Amino acid sequence: MTASIQLTHTPQLQYLLRLGDTCLILGQRLGEWCGHGPVLEEDIALTNMALDLIGQARALLTRAGQTEGRAFDEDQLAFLRDERDYRNPTLVELPRGDFAFTVQRNLMVATLLKLLWQKLETSSDAELAAIAGKAVKEARYHQQHAADWVVRLGDGTDESARRSQSALAQLWRYVPELFEADAVDEAAAASGLGPRWADVQADWQAEVGAVLAEAGLTPPAVSSFRSTGKRGVHTEHMGFILAEMQQLQRAYPGGVW
Amino acid sequence: MTLAGSRTQQAWDVLSTVLDPEVPALSLRDLGIVRDVREQGAALDVVLTPTYSGCPATEVISQSVVDAITAAGLGPVTITMQRAPAWTTDWISDDGRRKLRAYGIAPPGPVDAGAGVPIRLVGRRAAAAIACPRCNSLQTERLSAFGSTACKSLYRCVSCREPFEHFKPI
Repeated sequence: MTASIQLTHTPQLQYLLRLGDTCLILGQRLGEWCGHGPVLEEDIALTNMALDLIGQARALLTRAGQTEGRAFDEDQLAFLRDERDYRNPTLVELPRGDFAFTVQRNLMVATLLKLLWQKLETSSDAELAAIAGKAVKEARYHQQHAADWVVRLGDGTDESARRSQSALAQLWRYVPELFEADAVDEAAAASGLGPRWADVQADWQAEVGAVLAEAGLTPPAVSSFRSTGKRGVHTEHMGFILAEMQQLQRAYPGGVW
Repeated sequence: MTLAGSRTQQAWDVLSTVLDPEVPALSLRDLGIVRDVREQGAALDVVLTPTYSGCPATEVISQSVVDAITAAGLGPVTITMQRAPAWTTDWISDDGRRKLRAYGIAPPGPVDAGAGVPIRLVGRRAAAAIACPRCNSLQTERLSAFGSTACKSLYRCVSCREPFEHFKPI
């Protein structure tokens, strides 16, 4: 079996990994819908978005590997890290749930990424700025798609409204982690690499709040629970998704299509 | 094809004949993804920009360019992928738009300058002002913003009852 790569975690690397792993893991979760979408059009839509996210992850992990200094490439970073070295927020690693759960999470993540990409277009890192300039256009379509469905389901039948409210209750406690300030964000803000994620919180709440209101959904009260995926401490779900993603590269080192 | 002019001009002419593998009605020049052709030492460097971050055709397109330039005797050739400025459907040529319509794909309108506007919550029919490429009716509705490839969305025409694809503005 191929050994894991070990990383030197500078704040810059962690900032890039948070973005890259958010795209990578959500892309994997959306890819799980392939062949299981409620209707053909949505099967195609979810896998299209997965493709965008994995494309963004490739660019971000490539950039992360360049800054880390030991020339790890996108595949090594995607498939040969230990769980603790993945820095995505916990929200994206939760199992895909039902369609209501999937579109609500997509709304939350697409809104976050869209707002981050907008600010990252002026990053001091020219490559990151270029990645953002492309990705922001894609994130707008993802956000629009998710918003349409959140409203349609939340304001739909009794069953779809019940499931939507239940999905929101499950997801909402993972939101505070997205906007928690820490040294990684402070370093990025200070160097001009990118915004603190907390810098987009007000806009995120306004945009997501407007969609939830239109959908007739009410978020639960904020609890004191804090998830910790961005620090590398994940839920039990992370090991399973990594096992599925990594099995091939671990068993067949360097295998390519 | 008879090639004339400088080496770079000849290369541009060759690139007019290389088709997008996923929308073979369009050449790479029609699509607007060839950003530059320049001589670098002995080699010809073709600068391409990706359409979407995850477009699976990117590698095929690069290889097609290398093959076509080499076959025309203009090699050696290198490919530079350039992400910024980001590709937009506004770079699809007028000729390309005409070819798309003839191929049965509704071409993209101009990219909305107000794309920064938060989210539009509108009905599916209200969102659609896309003319059917078969009968030109504006009575169309969007089935899904995502189609058979990342760059297209699915529509149907209420007048002629035919489904069609729309190359979405981005």
